Amino acid sequence: MPSERQTKRDFVAEHVRSIPRSGIRDFFDIVQSMDNVVSLGIGEPGFVTPWHIREAAIFALEHGKTGYTSNFGLLKLRRAICAYLKEHFYVEYDPNTEVLVTVGVSEALDIALRAIVNPGDEILYHEPCYVSYHPSVRLVHGAGKAIRTRAENRFALTAEDIAKSVTPRSKAIVLNFPSNPTGATLTREEVEKIARVCVDNDLLVITDEIYSELTYSGQHSSIAALPGMKERTIFLHGFSKAFAMTGFRIGYACAPTALTEAMLRVHQYSMLCASIISQEAALEALQKGMDDIAAMREQYRLRRNFIVKSFNEIGLPCHMPNGAFYAFPSIRETGLTSREFAVQLLEQQRVAVVPGDAFGPGGEAYVRASYCGPMSDMEKAAERIALFVRGLK
Amino acid sequence: MDPLLKLLEEHALRTPVDLSKMLNLPADEVQRRIKQYEDDKIILGYKAVINDDKVDTDLVKAVIEVKIQPEREGGFDRVAKRIARFDEVTSLFLMSGGYDLLIFVEGHSLRQVAQFVAEKLATLDGVTSTGTHFMLKTYKEQGVMMDGPEEYERLKISP
Repeated sequence: MPSERQTKRDFVAEHVRSIPRSGIRDFFDIVQSMDNVVSLGIGEPGFVTPWHIREAAIFALEHGKTGYTSNFGLLKLRRAICAYLKEHFYVEYDPNTEVLVTVGVSEALDIALRAIVNPGDEILYHEPCYVSYHPSVRLVHGAGKAIRTRAENRFALTAEDIAKSVTPRSKAIVLNFPSNPTGATLTREEVEKIARVCVDNDLLVITDEIYSELTYSGQHSSIAALPGMKERTIFLHGFSKAFAMTGFRIGYACAPTALTEAMLRVHQYSMLCASIISQEAALEALQKGMDDIAAMREQYRLRRNFIVKSFNEIGLPCHMPNGAFYAFPSIRETGLTSREFAVQLLEQQRVAVVPGDAFGPGGEAYVRASYCGPMSDMEKAAERIALFVRGLK
Repeated sequence: MDPLLKLLEEHALRTPVDLSKMLNLPADEVQRRIKQYEDDKIILGYKAVINDDKVDTDLVKAVIEVKIQPEREGGFDRVAKRIARFDEVTSLFLMSGGYDLLIFVEGHSLRQVAQFVAEKLATLDGVTSTGTHFMLKTYKEQGVMMDGPEEYERLKISP
């Protein structure tokens, strides 16, 4: 490192300094330095955005749509979002006061937390989970509290476990089903039980349903749609996963007027609005993209079947995930830690998977293998992982 | 449609073992179904999609719009089937609109295609007119982009 002149003071805020570097970032640096890697480490769709959606973005640019929009987002997009949620999630929001278009679900989660958390408030979340939940809570001076989900329960969260974790300081719970990294989903009955615990303990629910369209069997049940839940729920969703639009950075938060108004206060001063070009593309996706979702889901289903069967044949026990595009096999039998497994697999066979501990301590002894890439990658990866595991014995 | 057929339509070289993993079926069941589809003439053949521009070939391709006089018994079928038997014809469709048959033909030279039209096709009983359009360049063939699938970058690891 070149020598940097030291200042007397450390200018970085203490709570920021206390956030550990993402485990994924470390691993990313190793992977980037290698060639010929087959990656099952990708957390985004393996499809490029459908052409008609990209074309809508080009059309918007051609017609000079390059300005700000309302802080809430384009009204026509909010209307389309509400119609979509009513038809597919059975929950009704007012496009004028209860929907906020955001820069991806990442921003939506951030403004939801900033809108509701007082310093020290306890925010529950299930783990293994998406990498940003705990740091996001810490960034708003909240106290994150993880509730472990387990393989024997297919990583579904149980109402009983929530009830055991709740304390008088608990203010909200973050749900993410279908789940990254486990692919877990909840049945309607499980969601109903969770809803009851939330009402009993007067908890707010922040539900990140970004993977809901990628549910392979049974219907996705949103907690927001259950009786008595809308008033205590902030519903987060977006376009990244269902429509393969990660780079457009477009999502939304829906909640009763008072909560939406609170989130808007944060959003208007920090983000102002989401990109108008992305908003126009998102409108096209909602209006004409339903067939794209179904087509991509069917492709993912085949890849999931293939990779999960392969893991089990190789001797890495793996439950059949019912949602998202991640398999979460156990590597316990190998005797390696998830990090050792991932690094050695990468070095010896050039296959990238994400070590499970990147998703919290509950992910140790597992790795996340995403099956969103092309089928040819799944085939190559399965072959190489089999060689690697055989070599360990 | 059976997802097995769809998979084979996309990529006919997949092995029954891989297909069985993807479809969550036993491999011998996959093999049995494929055999059945072949016997039932549902699967009619397996072909590679070739980018002719990259192969040293002087293949000439054309589409021909044909008007024919339908017959009292048999409609368009007799003439259409007769045309379909010529080796030069690769595909043939009955169409709605301004003409009746759309024919895709291939030949080794412009001359061969022209001869086929002038001598074989236009002179058939029932054919009242033809309009021939030669193909200049192929961009997409049977769902495949000629310059390969779209390349796009993804981070190798992302959350």
